[in-house]
Amino acid sequence: MIWNEAIETMPLKDLKNLQSERLVKLCKYVYENCPVYKQKFDDQGITPSDITSIDDIEKLPFTTKLDMRDNYPFGLFSRPRADLVEIHVSSGTTGNPTLVGYTRDDIKLWSDVMARSLCCAGAQPDDIIQIAYGYGLFTGGLGFHYGALEMGLTIIPTSSGQTKRQLKIMQDFKPRILACTPSYSLYMAEEAKELGIDPRTASWNIGIFGAEPWSEPMRAEIEETWNMLATDVYGLSEIIGPGVSQECTYKDGLHVYSDVFYPEIIDPETGQSVAEGEDGELVFTTLTKQGIPLIRYRTRDIVSMTNQPCKCGRTSPRTSKIKGRTDDMIVVRGINVFPSQIEHVLLGIEGTQPHYQLIIDRQAHKLDNVEIMVEVDEKIFSDEIKQMRVLEAKIKKEIEAVLSIGVTVKLVEPKTIQRSEGKAKRVVDKRSL
Amino acid sequence: MKITQISVFLENRKGRLFEICSLLGQAGINIRALTIAETETFGVLRMVVDKPAEAIDLFRKNNITANQTEVVAVEVPDSPGGLAQVLGILRDHNVNVEYMYGFVEKQSEKALLVFRFDNPEQAHQVLAKSGLSVVDEKGIQGL
Repeated sequence: MIWNEAIETMPLKDLKNLQSERLVKLCKYVYENCPVYKQKFDDQGITPSDITSIDDIEKLPFTTKLDMRDNYPFGLFSRPRADLVEIHVSSGTTGNPTLVGYTRDDIKLWSDVMARSLCCAGAQPDDIIQIAYGYGLFTGGLGFHYGALEMGLTIIPTSSGQTKRQLKIMQDFKPRILACTPSYSLYMAEEAKELGIDPRTASWNIGIFGAEPWSEPMRAEIEETWNMLATDVYGLSEIIGPGVSQECTYKDGLHVYSDVFYPEIIDPETGQSVAEGEDGELVFTTLTKQGIPLIRYRTRDIVSMTNQPCKCGRTSPRTSKIKGRTDDMIVVRGINVFPSQIEHVLLGIEGTQPHYQLIIDRQAHKLDNVEIMVEVDEKIFSDEIKQMRVLEAKIKKEIEAVLSIGVTVKLVEPKTIQRSEGKAKRVVDKRSL
Repeated sequence: MKITQISVFLENRKGRLFEICSLLGQAGINIRALTIAETETFGVLRMVVDKPAEAIDLFRKNNITANQTEVVAVEVPDSPGGLAQVLGILRDHNVNVEYMYGFVEKQSEKALLVFRFDNPEQAHQVLAKSGLSVVDEKGIQGL
């Protein structure tokens, strides 16, 4: 079924009119309510009256992660803090995390787009859903929760982890839908086999997987292992959380809810839009959000986009899976990791910038593993093993505190880490994504 | 008299100790005493050499992480109870040993004991006063 049929199957001409109307309103709204955006408009030499249709969007300034950081915590908001009913936090590149907040209307919007996503993946109103995304500051758990609530599903809010209990709950309550990160689904399959459960007999028929990049071969593996339909969900907390776009059961690209999250694909170098079907950076304008609406927010995700109609009947544009990043961000177990965060920690411990390298590995059916190799120079070297152990433990503890994921730390000799043109390669991603 | 110990950071990797020792050998630096402390992933090679300053330079030039620490070397007769005698003195004076290692010299029938203390100054005084033979840098070169 299609959740919001009027909107989701709207003829493109009507959709465009709706987008235009909303963009005009949005520009006026942020100009009047957010001093940071007023300044941005003024700097660009434009006023809200210059924007009369969605085609004028290219006149507007971009918003970046840096704007989020520089205006932390509430500078980019268009509403006073008291109007917010919920806030979420994700990791930033360095220093301040990224803060987003929702008004009551924003939560309604989130509930609506997530209900669209659930239906898009094939959910029926009488379904049971097991939500194994983390609940908390991460938007994954609660985003799915609101959508499932809106749709009237029976929710099992297991959150992430405690795999044995996840499997027991699946066996006892027989939910048809599983929502978690794709790597966690494979991890659970291994655990199931060890417990003597045949994953192919599991009650889960539909998986809604996201929060980390995954490939077509991984989809094939998940579908084969669990005997289920595995769909991709996309989102980022800056825009709303999960529920920005979602694959339908035809699995032919992710439907973008472009009536509320207007997508553009640009050349990350020039900022100019690219031709339909070409790869570029995905940019979103939140057309109806109230608390922290963003104009032309650069996601740094590389995708391509098509306006061709889909067999499912939805008319909104579809993007490809994420093909890469324009920055060095990596996603591990649903958590954004920037090498600069590691740098920050090491700098704090040692007072200087040591050479280090992140190695991310995904062994078959295991969760992603992060190893951090740190070159030992004279400044941090001690002849006492216990001092070296203390150092190793300290690096591990502080990095884990910043990243919120477990890591292993390995001390290595100088020049162990490969350098190209004098610069050390900071990230080695061995996962076959 | 305190002497200089050279410590080297080593990854647990085949042939690494050979490489370090070959470097010293080619440079004509003689190892007088040596020990390795290890963990699952790395180790620390500690040694007393006849030319510590040259050894440090050599390691720096070759991008090997090394540092110098003050240790105290004591010569005792190579006979039963030799080490225990020294440790007894240290215990009686409340001196803590961080770690130690020993080396036997066949010709002189003596053993060289290398101690790392958290307070080498105090330890040195205690040992010297007790009439033990504390070895200085010159002594190390002459071994």
